[in-house]
Amino acid sequence: MNGIVGYGSYLPHYRIKIESIAKEWGDDPAAIKRGLQLFEKTVPGLDEDTITISVEAAKNALKRAQIDPQDIGAVYIGSESHPYAVKPSGTILIDALGIGPDVHVASYEFACKAGTEAMFVANSLVKAGDVKYALAIGADTSQGAPGDALEYSASAGGSAFIMGDENVVAEILFTNSFTSDTPDFWRREHEFYPRHAGRFTGEPAYFKHVVGAGKLLLEKSGMKPDDFKYAIFHMPNGKFPQVVGKKLGFTKEQLETGWIVPWMGNTYSGSSPTGLSAVLDVAEPDDMIFMVSFGSGAGSDGFIYRTTEKIKEVQDKAPKLKEMLDHDKVYLDYGEYAKFREKIILNE
Amino acid sequence: MISPRYAREIPQRYRLEASKCKGCGKINFPPRLTCPACSSREFETVKLSDEGKILTYTIIRVSSDTFSRETPYAVAIIEVNDGARLMAMIADTNLNNVAIGKKVKLVFRKIQDEGVSGLHCYGYKAVVV
Repeated sequence: MNGIVGYGSYLPHYRIKIESIAKEWGDDPAAIKRGLQLFEKTVPGLDEDTITISVEAAKNALKRAQIDPQDIGAVYIGSESHPYAVKPSGTILIDALGIGPDVHVASYEFACKAGTEAMFVANSLVKAGDVKYALAIGADTSQGAPGDALEYSASAGGSAFIMGDENVVAEILFTNSFTSDTPDFWRREHEFYPRHAGRFTGEPAYFKHVVGAGKLLLEKSGMKPDDFKYAIFHMPNGKFPQVVGKKLGFTKEQLETGWIVPWMGNTYSGSSPTGLSAVLDVAEPDDMIFMVSFGSGAGSDGFIYRTTEKIKEVQDKAPKLKEMLDHDKVYLDYGEYAKFREKIILNE
Repeated sequence: MISPRYAREIPQRYRLEASKCKGCGKINFPPRLTCPACSSREFETVKLSDEGKILTYTIIRVSSDTFSRETPYAVAIIEVNDGARLMAMIADTNLNNVAIGKKVKLVFRKIQDEGVSGLHCYGYKAVVV
């Protein structure tokens, strides 16, 4: 059976609290925290980007998979903040990790679901028998315009998954995808910040696609919500995944472990994959996991995983997500944050 | 334009590849054509440990233009667990926490940009652990 043979995540050390952003724009932090259910978010250092985050997450995945990097036949990185418009992020990652040159490399882009696109295709290649292992990564240094509601959530981080069919720690039993032309959020070529359609990003976009993919996945698998120990949904804020979980029939307890957004923010392409990483860190053998991503534009990818006996052997081989969330945090004020996110216009 | 030099140095800067002398066993980083210890010209490629300790360091407060947004920052000479020594910028660390003997881990970071439209140049930095 094919599935995940190694997984790993990386979050930057820097954080900014909701209060620091709200103070800058005259917003009420209590109302923001209550409305969006967010407390703080990760911020990338000046020397961090999607590529460095991907490399560090993939190093942790390799520690857990214990495989020769030369056996990886495909590398896909999903992000909406690839550092280059033309030059795949994976070209740098493979040389950093000693993968290839006998390897297929591509950058994926589909707003916040680019990471699960990478996972979907990587898993399919392994399932087809075309490659022994495939590495899929969802990572972002998310953009949100100053003063926009997105600024409270857009954060940085990512997770990497090595797919294979030997020594699998979580089998991938079912996948599906649900897509339509829904103009809820976009960024034109050469624009620095994305635009979004406000409340239109909710019901016709996020909820329609996550519920659509979720229902079809349950139907396809012949399973029901209470067959699962854990459920993970894309986390644009703290509220949406809770609401969509309830709509699909999942309980708060099933969502809790993967619901890391209040302290991490929305890592865009790294959002639901990093929720999955948090779940795999604590899962027991034979746990069933339900996951649906969401990418504006819009679409959702669904996955059903079942952990194996091997999961307990790999959990301690690399840093766990909770440790990254809770330790070595460095808080920034808004001025430092603006400098780190290159929001200040400088002379050349 | 530093692109050709950058490309040549990728094995060392990305993967910490060093040359181990087949004559005397000395590990050279960056790799050498001739071993400074025994003059042998035969080497095997080895990957350095990404863990080590600070041997000495300095704080840069007035930098070149390339790094001016990052001041003040520390640059340290680090001895990795294999015994090889290298120089690296210290990242993510309060400068009060940088000291001789502190343990560090080498991480993959962006080192510099070739202006606004040139290459992003990546390599290793050290984080105090």
